[in-house]
Amino acid sequence: MQGREAILGKIRTQVGAGKDATARRAAVANRLANAPKGVIPDRGQIPVRERLALFQNRAEAVQTTVATVSSYDDVPEAVSDYLRQRNLPKQLRMGQDARLDGADWSKTPALERRLGPSDGDDLVGLSHATAGVAETGTLVLTSSSDNPTTVNFLPENHIVVIGASQVAGDYETALDVVRQMNGKGRMPRTVNMVTGPSRSGDIEQKILLGAHGPRSLHMIVVDDLGDA
Amino acid sequence: MTLISSRALQNLTRAIEGERFMKITTPEFKENAVEALSNETLQKALGTVEKGFIGKRQAAADALPEFEALRDSAKAIKDHTLEHLDLYLEAYSEKVEEAGGHVHWAQTAEDARQIVLDICRSVNAKTVTKGKSMISEEIGINAHLEEAGLIPVETDLGEYIIQLRNEAPSHIIAPAVHVLKEQVEEDFRAEHTHLDEDRNLEEPESLLNEARTVLRQKFMDADVGITGANFLVAETGTSIIVTNEGNGDLTQTLPKVHIVLASIEKIAPTLEDVSQILRVLARSATGQDMSVYTTFSTGSRREGDVDGPEDYHVVLLDNGRTNMLGTEFQDMLRCIRCGACMNHCPVYHAVGGHAYGWVYPGPMGAVLTPSLQGVEQGGNLPNASTFCGRCESVCPMRIPLPKMMRHWREREFEKGLNPATQRFGLKTWAWFAKRPKLYNAGARVAMKAMAMMGGNKGKMASLPLAGGWTKYRDLPAPEGSTFQAQYAARKKALH
Repeated sequence: MQGREAILGKIRTQVGAGKDATARRAAVANRLANAPKGVIPDRGQIPVRERLALFQNRAEAVQTTVATVSSYDDVPEAVSDYLRQRNLPKQLRMGQDARLDGADWSKTPALERRLGPSDGDDLVGLSHATAGVAETGTLVLTSSSDNPTTVNFLPENHIVVIGASQVAGDYETALDVVRQMNGKGRMPRTVNMVTGPSRSGDIEQKILLGAHGPRSLHMIVVDDLGDA
Repeated sequence: MTLISSRALQNLTRAIEGERFMKITTPEFKENAVEALSNETLQKALGTVEKGFIGKRQAAADALPEFEALRDSAKAIKDHTLEHLDLYLEAYSEKVEEAGGHVHWAQTAEDARQIVLDICRSVNAKTVTKGKSMISEEIGINAHLEEAGLIPVETDLGEYIIQLRNEAPSHIIAPAVHVLKEQVEEDFRAEHTHLDEDRNLEEPESLLNEARTVLRQKFMDADVGITGANFLVAETGTSIIVTNEGNGDLTQTLPKVHIVLASIEKIAPTLEDVSQILRVLARSATGQDMSVYTTFSTGSRREGDVDGPEDYHVVLLDNGRTNMLGTEFQDMLRCIRCGACMNHCPVYHAVGGHAYGWVYPGPMGAVLTPSLQGVEQGGNLPNASTFCGRCESVCPMRIPLPKMMRHWREREFEKGLNPATQRFGLKTWAWFAKRPKLYNAGARVAMKAMAMMGGNKGKMASLPLAGGWTKYRDLPAPEGSTFQAQYAARKKALH
């Protein structure tokens, strides 16, 4: 407590002296309550179909691969196709997300699904995103037993499913979805904004994929936009 | 007979060497710089800084029409936050506690070290993994933990390399930018003795893969994970790390305890404010539109969660920053540690980061070091600038770095810390400058004398009192008449 009072007291003296304390409090309370938006890039403020195209395009620019399916029941086959193309074993690590669980897995009987967090022995993880951001091709994932955080980082390959209607134009809109999911100001324990597979440029500035997180990131977009 | 393992011996050596890390060598900047300039390996490695960063930043900035407007927006957010920092810190810490986390307030580096060690001891920690954090360098936590018998493991590839080399980072976002891949190979062969001696480590790819495998086990074994923070969000009590490798995420997700080290100025009011600054951060740093992982952490593992840390601690460090508030150095606290200023600095390109002698190199270090360590220690650095202004022109937070370096030069002069000859020279010049007639007459005489000394070539190989300059190049001799004389003549001609 001693450190707290000393630090706050010093700040008050340095920047608060001679200023109206009530006005300062009001300014802070106002900003926290209303969270005014700043400059939003025009890039993502476009009709929904174009926005989805931008999202895919930006994602591919950072080495995310993209597949599109028309319903959740097509997800298992899309996953299976990806594993076959990459010569990966038919094993998946995933949480208990109802959207993924509800897909028709009977179409891919050979695919083994292991539920729960990853212990580091998995080659492939499957998650469902909470939102997407078109301006930079970014996926937003939130932690829970539905989508454990370890699945995002430990497996060598990460597959993320997202509904096309979840793709926002900008970070502000996507983060507002996260902020509202548990009531304002109550965030999930972990929110991961993921833009491409893991990489490092620490050895002579040469960018290499797969530093500590997944070496590959694959996105399956479920097109739920209808005629939009 | 007592057998001491090579690892234990190494740790002991490191703990002793750690003292050296914390010791600031900034007062020896000139000697450090001379050494750096003649170090061929370093000079070769530094070539990648100029080549790598500048073009990428420019391309990223050019591709976003709103980039300049976002810089203004980011600056305004941070200015507002600093003016209300006490209130935002109160709001932030309340939110952290609400989410089941703990906030610790550290006035000094020593306080912060003690807090971290106490937390580690409370869970009987043995291994501590670390994400990249400049605050951890600032407080010298590794040496402190090692002295207490713990094993800190850096997990960012660059940080891991320099930990093996027993060095400090030389760049705030590319800590091993001074190291060549051949040197990394040597270090890995020396450290990873359990691996096949005949393995091929020629390419960066194989080095990266080896580090990935070795560090994966360390992530699994760790009892505590320490990360830094790029932002602390007052609205939600969230800490944010921005990384590319994913090591920070493994560091904070797998162990029982997650400790965040952050300085007090990392506060941003809301998620909207963070979004603004994120748009200029990666573009200014690496030229990416967005770093790969931007991770938000709020409190500890929730009921029903199947992974994540059981305890979440934030250590808020002051360490001299409150002294900068309300002064001409407050603007420096807007810094988001992107590294653009050093990436564009001709002095940094020439001498690298270690010459600066403390944690923060380049232009931002030239302002921060005297601010946090005192002008007696850091006063040398603001002199290592030609005031070319590139740092200010690329700083996403529009920090007037040259202006602040000038402030530090003034302070240094006021305190009488610069050399006697320099002070004498400046005083002599000032005496003449206040007497225009005498000054002009003197300048005319000096010009004629120098023109004669220049001879036919118009260049002087040596000049009294300027041996430091003419030792390495010739000084062009002045031609024509003095500026004052030309100015007067032109004015006359115009009227």
